[in-house]
Amino acid sequence: MTYRIIHYINQFYAGIGGEEKADITPEIREGVVGPGMALQAALRDEAEIVATVICGDSYFASNLEKASEEIIEMMKKYSPDAVVAGPAFNAGRYGTASGGICEAVSKQLGIPVVSAMYPENPGVDLYKRSCYIVETTDSAAGMRKAIPAMAALVLKLLKGEPVGSPSEEGYIERGIRKNKFYEKLAAERAVDMFTAKLHGRPFVTEYPMPVFDRVEPNPPVTDMKNAVIGLVTSGGICPGGNPDHIEASSASKFGEYDITGIKDLVCTEYCTAHGGYDATYADQDPDRVLPVDVLRDMEKEGVFKKLHNKFYSTVGNGTSVASSKRFGAEIARRMISDGVTAVILTST
Amino acid sequence: MKLELHRVKIHKLAWGKETSARDGLLTVNKEELLTMLRKDERLAKVDLDFASPGESVRILPVKDVVEPRYKMEGPGGVFPGMVSDVETVGEGKTLVLSGAAVVTTGKIVRFQEGIIDMKGPGAEYTPFSRTCNIVVILENTEDLDKHDYETACRMAGLKTAAYLARKCLGAAVDSVETYETPNLKDAMAAHEGLPKVAYLYMLQSQGLLHDTYLYGVDVKKILPTLLNPTEVMDGAIVSGNCVSACDKNNTYSHQNNPIIHQMFKRHGKDFNFLGCIVTNENVTLADKKRCSSYSINLAKTLGVDGLLISEEGFGNPDADLIMNCWKAERAGIKTTLLTDEYAGQDGASQSLADSTPEGDACVTAGNANEVVVLPPMDKVIGVPEEANVIAGGWQGSLAEDGTITVELQAILGATSELGFTKLGCYTI
Repeated sequence: MTYRIIHYINQFYAGIGGEEKADITPEIREGVVGPGMALQAALRDEAEIVATVICGDSYFASNLEKASEEIIEMMKKYSPDAVVAGPAFNAGRYGTASGGICEAVSKQLGIPVVSAMYPENPGVDLYKRSCYIVETTDSAAGMRKAIPAMAALVLKLLKGEPVGSPSEEGYIERGIRKNKFYEKLAAERAVDMFTAKLHGRPFVTEYPMPVFDRVEPNPPVTDMKNAVIGLVTSGGICPGGNPDHIEASSASKFGEYDITGIKDLVCTEYCTAHGGYDATYADQDPDRVLPVDVLRDMEKEGVFKKLHNKFYSTVGNGTSVASSKRFGAEIARRMISDGVTAVILTST
Repeated sequence: MKLELHRVKIHKLAWGKETSARDGLLTVNKEELLTMLRKDERLAKVDLDFASPGESVRILPVKDVVEPRYKMEGPGGVFPGMVSDVETVGEGKTLVLSGAAVVTTGKIVRFQEGIIDMKGPGAEYTPFSRTCNIVVILENTEDLDKHDYETACRMAGLKTAAYLARKCLGAAVDSVETYETPNLKDAMAAHEGLPKVAYLYMLQSQGLLHDTYLYGVDVKKILPTLLNPTEVMDGAIVSGNCVSACDKNNTYSHQNNPIIHQMFKRHGKDFNFLGCIVTNENVTLADKKRCSSYSINLAKTLGVDGLLISEEGFGNPDADLIMNCWKAERAGIKTTLLTDEYAGQDGASQSLADSTPEGDACVTAGNANEVVVLPPMDKVIGVPEEANVIAGGWQGSLAEDGTITVELQAILGATSELGFTKLGCYTI
């Protein structure tokens, strides 16, 4: 079968003009335009460039969402199987637009997308997680090399063939971990690597150690008397029956639960959703994980002004850093707008 | 210490009057086995079933898998401190029903059991789709404490494994493998010029049903110690774990620890393998510091040049793995790590919870967060609804037609950190 491809290029490669024409609104033309000719040749008869979208770099950059929407609407009429954008080489706004349109197409149309850029193009850092970006030189002199790599990659994605490593396929590493079956057991691979390292022979680690952003702790609370204390836990405490169905591992959400008037988390009303520890003792007395009872006593004694009337809970077990960050930012936003001044975070 | 593994190959299961093995067929006397298992008053109901490779059968939730073994000759018995007395094992002759496995199932703890598919895409991920499984289906008595129920389940699996192999003593043996480790005095003098190495064997011991036993001792109570690899083959290490199914080291994986087998293969050629140092993964910082320092001091005392380190579990134990790594490297001992990854369903997050620049040689058994779709099977042994709550599943994991969509972490042994599968990860 012949796959249907839409090619995205900017005003310059469409031959419309340079910087002075960078604010032109998007248009779609049937067939190939500019570098699309070489791309069509590289795709041979396996795929056809059915249309080309042309958009001014400045227009796209200043109207990110609007431009994406307009372009996707234009594309839909051609029922594409894949979208190829660029190559953008080292042109910053063209790279950002190519990456942006690839991300939008991938999310909204769910079809394969491929772009191509010079590694230092700002579009790379912004969009490499969302799409494959073939590595190019910094100028159009690299067109001859970039086009066949883009064509080969998009055909592979269209056919559902496994995509090899960045060096095999020529794309910029996306930083995404993907599973695959190796020839050898993991134990044998480990002993192979161990032997190489022992004897000073070269080896390639299967996982370069991760880098974390360290969060500086805030200074201690100086005015406890007037503090409004919030409670947040990754220990999975929730109302009985886990009404929000927070997952036992790899949580996709957090819960917000009202504790107005609640002095004690009793086992008939609360439990844990966490699947990474034995729930026996948390279920017997959920205050062991989220100490509402003690905090109510302290509130009464006037140690601090108030216990916030909502607590936030998720499951830390097997939950990715990206999800945790997302939950944390949203929980913090809600608590700040509710006037919480200090938070107790309990883990397990 | 010299151990012979006498393997009787099993590739078919049948019920019959007498439990025995002949020509690859393991016949099981169902009533006899059930009568033995039903003696445990903690169990309200026990049943048995079979699941063989290629059958359209799903087992869930699975607690543990055990290989049937029994001592033919030599001191002690299999699973010391559990099924047998606490005499030191690892010497003499042990009968192995190779290709057979005892699988325990039932609604056990809550979230922490796994799935075995005997056919289809799920079967690719679990080593136990390739074994002839004797499935022990368990139900507890009302109000039984979870810890007691875990003990009852663990013992049922071990007793069944020992029973099956004991009944097959005298069966024609298909192959014999010999493993021998000399005492330290001779080991140190042997293989001059080759680097000396050991295997740092980390055992899950976070407690509260994340427990592993060494000669019947709960390993959270041990200081790191030396263990002969052949002791492991006789069941000196037993899993009591209720934790994410993909990377808990079930008892079968301990008995057949592929790292030990690979180390033996290279022994005398690429290095001089002195043995195992077993350590734990306790939750407090003091324990982590104490046991990592103690382990590395044992390695230094042995004078090893290299340590291969395997982790069990993820998250909290990553801290133990990393501490063991940098403490060894800074003592001049070269390390290689075997772990798995939790990089998120999209694979874009950090895979480990801790990190060190010294961890430059790391093999991983795959991203446990990756999502897989398991098509329906003709038969399900156990409780399929558990797919919605087990670690790796979510509300809606089980579709009406029986399809299960879950993270790989729900599949038993899928990302084994003893390296029991061919799965791995790479960066795109």
